[in-house]
Amino acid sequence: SSHEHKLNFKKSKEACLNYIQDAMLQKQWKRAAEFLTFYVESLEKDYSREPIGPSEMIWRIGSEILCHHSHSSMKEFNCFMEQMKTLGVKRYLKVCLEHVFHLLCNGQIDEAYQSLSLAESWRFGEQTAVQDKEMKLIQAYRGLLDYYSWSKQKNILLEHGVDGCADLSVEQEMHSCFRKAAVNLKEIIKIPGVWDLFVKCYVDLLEFYGDHNEACQVLNEYAYNSKFPANPNAHVYLYQFLKRQGESKKSLISALKILHDIVPSHELMIDFNTMLQKSKKRKKRRLGLEVIFAALDYAGWKENVKAWSCLARQLKQIVISEKHLDWIKQEWNSRKDWWPAFHFSRYLAKRNWQENQSLSYEKALVAGILLGKDCKYFKYVSHQGCKAQVKRFRMLKKFVNKHNPVYLRISG
Amino acid sequence: QSWPVYEEVYNKMLELAAFLDLPRFPDITDSCFLHPDMLCIKYLMEANLPDELHNWTCRVVKKIGIGEVDFLTLVPGNKSTRKVKYDILAAAVIVVVLKLLFLLDDHYEWLLSDFAEERNKNNKEGGLYFEFKKWYEVVKRSLDVEQKKLDEERAKYLWRCEKPLFYSVKNKSKVLKRRQMVVNLQNQFGKLSGSVQRAEKPNPSSFQLSWSEENTDGSCFHGHSLKGILQEKCGLLTAMNPDYWLCTVKLCNEKLCGHLAHYREVDFPQSYHFVLRLFSFLLRIQPSYIHDEVCMIEHKLFNKKLYKKLKYNTVLRK
Repeated sequence: SSHEHKLNFKKSKEACLNYIQDAMLQKQWKRAAEFLTFYVESLEKDYSREPIGPSEMIWRIGSEILCHHSHSSMKEFNCFMEQMKTLGVKRYLKVCLEHVFHLLCNGQIDEAYQSLSLAESWRFGEQTAVQDKEMKLIQAYRGLLDYYSWSKQKNILLEHGVDGCADLSVEQEMHSCFRKAAVNLKEIIKIPGVWDLFVKCYVDLLEFYGDHNEACQVLNEYAYNSKFPANPNAHVYLYQFLKRQGESKKSLISALKILHDIVPSHELMIDFNTMLQKSKKRKKRRLGLEVIFAALDYAGWKENVKAWSCLARQLKQIVISEKHLDWIKQEWNSRKDWWPAFHFSRYLAKRNWQENQSLSYEKALVAGILLGKDCKYFKYVSHQGCKAQVKRFRMLKKFVNKHNPVYLRISG
Repeated sequence: QSWPVYEEVYNKMLELAAFLDLPRFPDITDSCFLHPDMLCIKYLMEANLPDELHNWTCRVVKKIGIGEVDFLTLVPGNKSTRKVKYDILAAAVIVVVLKLLFLLDDHYEWLLSDFAEERNKNNKEGGLYFEFKKWYEVVKRSLDVEQKKLDEERAKYLWRCEKPLFYSVKNKSKVLKRRQMVVNLQNQFGKLSGSVQRAEKPNPSSFQLSWSEENTDGSCFHGHSLKGILQEKCGLLTAMNPDYWLCTVKLCNEKLCGHLAHYREVDFPQSYHFVLRLFSFLLRIQPSYIHDEVCMIEHKLFNKKLYKKLKYNTVLRK
């Protein structure tokens, strides 16, 4: 005889959990809380064979409910978290971290700092070594909060600095925050990972105190160390730093080259193209053309006047010089099947003309060069422009008509 | 930890009675509460079925002899007689009667209901004719609501004992701390439950579903007449339904496999399953137990026909 339907503890609690889950998914926090009260007694049972035990369930579910429930307060949340910390020593630091995140989200910076300091001083036999990663994170976040304090004090000093009555104690505190922050931030960014915010803050500190070498080294590590995951932001930070330091175009270009490879649609591609166009080296100019074409492959750039004007400028320059037409041919080859419909349809011609004359001007120039004077985009826009008696459109029409043979050579 | 199932308790009861060498229990006569005729009244009421069905249940009980004193009375230690499960028996009788009158093949009962509905339109007698369809809708709705409540109750069931148990002195403080934490958490989240203190149950009653004729919404079927589905033949009212289908052609050996038949929901019509589900909810047991009793009753009822292999209708659904 089957006793599978027998009501037993395990099934009853599983059913209870299902009700909690359903209630949470439907954002019925009162109902979820109600069922949770019936679930908590599972803490008194042994679940050592299960992968996730009731203490973890209760921690996670309870946090969610307290986060969203309309009647719950920070005080209650804090009280709950303190209880959760005592529940599982293996999870102690994780719970501390989550608690800190929640405090930060609620603007309780000081409480978060205290919590972090407390957690940092926690020792529990071999658990301390096992939870090493969480400990590093805790130290890193404390470093971040130290940076934040430093930043506030720096601003105070800068404001009052003109008066000359710079408060010595504030300055000393600021330096002490710097030291504390620097130590912890430096540690965390050694570990392969994505530490954008920490890196930025650390570099900011280093730059302020004039340690540019260290900053450069940190940024290079972050961008080029293969152990770290590929991160476009790392290259952006490096580029911005180099720019601030007034480094040579050569180093700026090499910083952006990788960014182009990873994220061809990045907003810095305009700066990149601008630098490359002006270069004396042929290879760089060639790369510039590649970069700007690649950026315009992306829908997000369709209406970006600056991007189109970069492309237009470079194409115009090539056409006038009559050198390197093969560059245009190479780039256009893989695009001639889909760019006309993507960028140069009659519908877009109308829309661009109505919404943004400059955009339509630049695009018309590009279309005229790539597709010839008879393409619908160019025809529509130049006609409208001439009708409206805008001078540059008349110039545009003349230019394209004059260089129409070039189009024939490109498209052939 | 778990709640024992009905069958476990029942078997232990029999074992205990035999072990204690108890003598024959007091006779169960037709004026006893445990007699099928009496229990049928109770369950017909609770299932919101017409009182008139009681005539039919009594007829079935009489015909197959399950109202006899010797059949019903418990004699511990007597292994040869099949022990009677009174409530399940009564419920099964009702199910058989429903099958007799309505066939319950997912087809005929609805036709019959439409027919009764027609007759109700021209009904000038004052009392309504029973319509299966209306009954089904009303009862199903209530059953679903109560079932849902029951499921939630089960999920909310608290298992712990008043005083925490611990097995060694070392454990004591840990166990007590845990208990304290559980109590704290219960209080904390209890406050967030928004609650509704459950209103005191009005009277303790063994009826889980109750239907009142005072309700004007027509949801009580006790007083309805079966005339809508009966016909007159030779001055007697008989069922219009000429057919019957047996739940199983052959009974299993209960001593070997524990059941007389094996119930699978997919093998039977949905109306039949619904009726089993209704009584299984009321009795808090699995439908298969009721199904067993239904098979037993059917085999007694159609005994002659079965074993003489005369012409009979067996319609077994896939």
